[in-house]
Amino acid sequence: MNENDPNDLNAPVPFMQELLDNPFLLLFLGVMIPMVVYSLWGVIDILTIPVAK
Amino acid sequence: MSTTYRTCPRSGLQFELQAERLMLANAVAAVVFLLVGGILAVGVVLTRWPAVHWLSADAFYMVLTAHGIDMLIFWIIFFEMAVLYFCSSTLLRCRIATPRMAWLGFALMLIGAVTNNIAVFRGSSSVMMTSYVPMMAEPAFYLGLILFAVGALIGCFVFLGTLVVAKREKTYQGSIPLVTFGAVTATIIAVFTITSGAIILIPTFLMSVGIVKEVDPLVYRTIWWAFGHSSQQINVAAHISIWYAIAAICFGAKPMSERVSRGAFLLYILFLQLASAHHLLADPGMSTEWKVVNTSYFMYFAVLASMIHGLTIPGAIEVAQREKGYTKGLFEWLRKAPWGNPVFSGMFISLIGFGFLGGISGVMMGTEQLNMLIHNTIYVPGHFHATVVVGTTLSFMALTYFLIPVLFKREMINPGLAKLQPYMFGLSMYFFCLVMMGAGTLGVARRHWDMTMGGSPLAYEFPGAAYLMMGLVGIAGIAAILGGAIYIYITVGSLLWGKKLEPGVQTTQTIPLPKTPMPNVVIQSHGSSGFAAPGTFALAMVFLVSFVLYYFINWKYLSQVWGLS
Amino acid sequence: MSAILPPAERLWWKHPLDRVEGTWIVIAFVWCMIMFAMMVGWHIYGKQNLSTETYKTTPELFGKKAQDVVDKYTVRKETDREIPVVHPPPGSDVYLVARLWDWWPIIELEKDQTYKLHLTSMDYNHGFSLQPVNINIQVVPGYEHVIKMTPNQAGTFSIVCNEFCGIGHANMAGRIYVK
Repeated sequence: MNENDPNDLNAPVPFMQELLDNPFLLLFLGVMIPMVVYSLWGVIDILTIPVAK
Repeated sequence: MSTTYRTCPRSGLQFELQAERLMLANAVAAVVFLLVGGILAVGVVLTRWPAVHWLSADAFYMVLTAHGIDMLIFWIIFFEMAVLYFCSSTLLRCRIATPRMAWLGFALMLIGAVTNNIAVFRGSSSVMMTSYVPMMAEPAFYLGLILFAVGALIGCFVFLGTLVVAKREKTYQGSIPLVTFGAVTATIIAVFTITSGAIILIPTFLMSVGIVKEVDPLVYRTIWWAFGHSSQQINVAAHISIWYAIAAICFGAKPMSERVSRGAFLLYILFLQLASAHHLLADPGMSTEWKVVNTSYFMYFAVLASMIHGLTIPGAIEVAQREKGYTKGLFEWLRKAPWGNPVFSGMFISLIGFGFLGGISGVMMGTEQLNMLIHNTIYVPGHFHATVVVGTTLSFMALTYFLIPVLFKREMINPGLAKLQPYMFGLSMYFFCLVMMGAGTLGVARRHWDMTMGGSPLAYEFPGAAYLMMGLVGIAGIAAILGGAIYIYITVGSLLWGKKLEPGVQTTQTIPLPKTPMPNVVIQSHGSSGFAAPGTFALAMVFLVSFVLYYFINWKYLSQVWGLS
Repeated sequence: MSAILPPAERLWWKHPLDRVEGTWIVIAFVWCMIMFAMMVGWHIYGKQNLSTETYKTTPELFGKKAQDVVDKYTVRKETDREIPVVHPPPGSDVYLVARLWDWWPIIELEKDQTYKLHLTSMDYNHGFSLQPVNINIQVVPGYEHVIKMTPNQAGTFSIVCNEFCGIGHANMAGRIYVK
């Protein structure tokens, strides 16, 4: 049986497969990333707009 | 709570009683809002058709507001709730978690939707779906949306809870099915979407009742679009899951590779929501870095994911067809597909239209500089009718034709008409989107009552071609509305008058999914050495060439306009 | 097995890719990177990039600045509403007010000269849609957007409002002349 046999019963589950099998971890990532990259960064951009003279 | 399970004799799927009732209720509510939205669409297209110009300005803006909200939010999210319960309870053969909470969610959604509609039809909330502050609607408008959002959020958590129950009660082994994983993706995007909606609509509601003094217009636009655009990304994840499901149902197609398809969904989870920035590319205030990173879904990773799904779904169908012996040439597998089955034809018309019309135009508009040529022109509704109507709505219609015997337990009335419906609806929508985008390229504005600008002395005289395009929008729109009416007739008619079908064996215990057999040698032979779906690959290359050409044509046009810096 | 059943293999992540998929992923990835490079590259080499220069403002403040420019550079009045036509010197600041339901004043520019166009709305959101060039910019109340603009063709151009702003929205028009 070769090392990469997908049906090996003893081999450990690959990390990526474990991640994809964990909906709550994915939920955390899927909410945090846009909250930070889109919403938070966007609001910071707006709040740092200077006042017109 | 004790419950029963029914195994459908036509599909082999097992439905739990509570989940089945919830799916039915949500699907019926969805179709009712589609009906309302469809009737409103008549008012919209007949007013924008310049030769008809039917409604008065205030009626038009009211009808357009209601059409947008009923279609983009209520029809689609009610249907998505049914899809979520199907993908969790039915596909995992599991009882639904906390059915009482699920019913509470449904009730809130329904109350919210009706409240919002009443507010709009009272006439003082014609603020469009986007309701940009400081233009204000009446408080019930926002309250209805907030109630609806809370109800939908409850539905999302019932879905996630059902996954937990299924895992704990071991109703399946290994990983969840790919289609359920797609539903997880949709749910995650929904949680972000609804949270954003709450963050911005609650202060706006408080502003409408006078408690909060001001909501900043630019902050409103930013957070509102995290709700407004992401809600359409829920649809993308949902209808792509449905495409996978229909490929499995009609052909027994298995994903070419679980890793690739799930990896593509993961890219959606991480990056798809960033595209809310598409709506703020022409705005003041946001930095270029913010615009570039967000509008490109972090370097186009979600576009990559869509291009992957666009290959793997027809690819899986091709592999399944070739295994059945349709191996002649590049396209025998496609020619011999069941084009008379509306479940398949609807799905395939949806997939092609979503990719070629919705996908390419979407990337175009989402390019920071090219967006200036398109922002707020009628090109934008042209694009999103290709994604949300051709993509999502048509997929939901195709799935309904499968669900009528399976979930509704009725024989479909008038199957001949059903055979025709996806073509009539889908192809007229193709044309509708194309001419709308054409009119947008000529500068016609969206959400605009009168192209002649009421004879204002400074009015812009649109070229004759623009009037022609808008006339064609009217004609194609009416054809599509008729196609939609056929869908509603078949669905509601089957539900009311269709011959009742055998519900199947009832049990009090769930029958877990049998352990799937070890794959045989044939399946494993799709390895890195094969080229299992050459026809699909050829189609994908046609897509790529159209994409590249159209993309650079737009840059060429942009390079000729006024300098801006 | 099929997409509506759990994966057949315990370690499906290890299932080898078909060459169709592998090839397409590479092609699609390269195309995505090209598109990203185009968008970034146009900021460096392109001549049409939307400025991000923005200030928080108020209708009073902006209205006063716009009025000053109108007082200084009005060359004539047009239409029976006597809308001033402003002809500012090349390179100077030009103010355009969006309000319910007009664009004020009328602006006259010179071809191939660069101007700093200041845009804001006095009330609701409006949409600056320059026709037939088809350049479209969102106008948000409370924010003064400063855009360097270089007309490259002469003629009469219209400004259509393409953001819904109430019942008179469809009649909201403005004008820019380029000589």
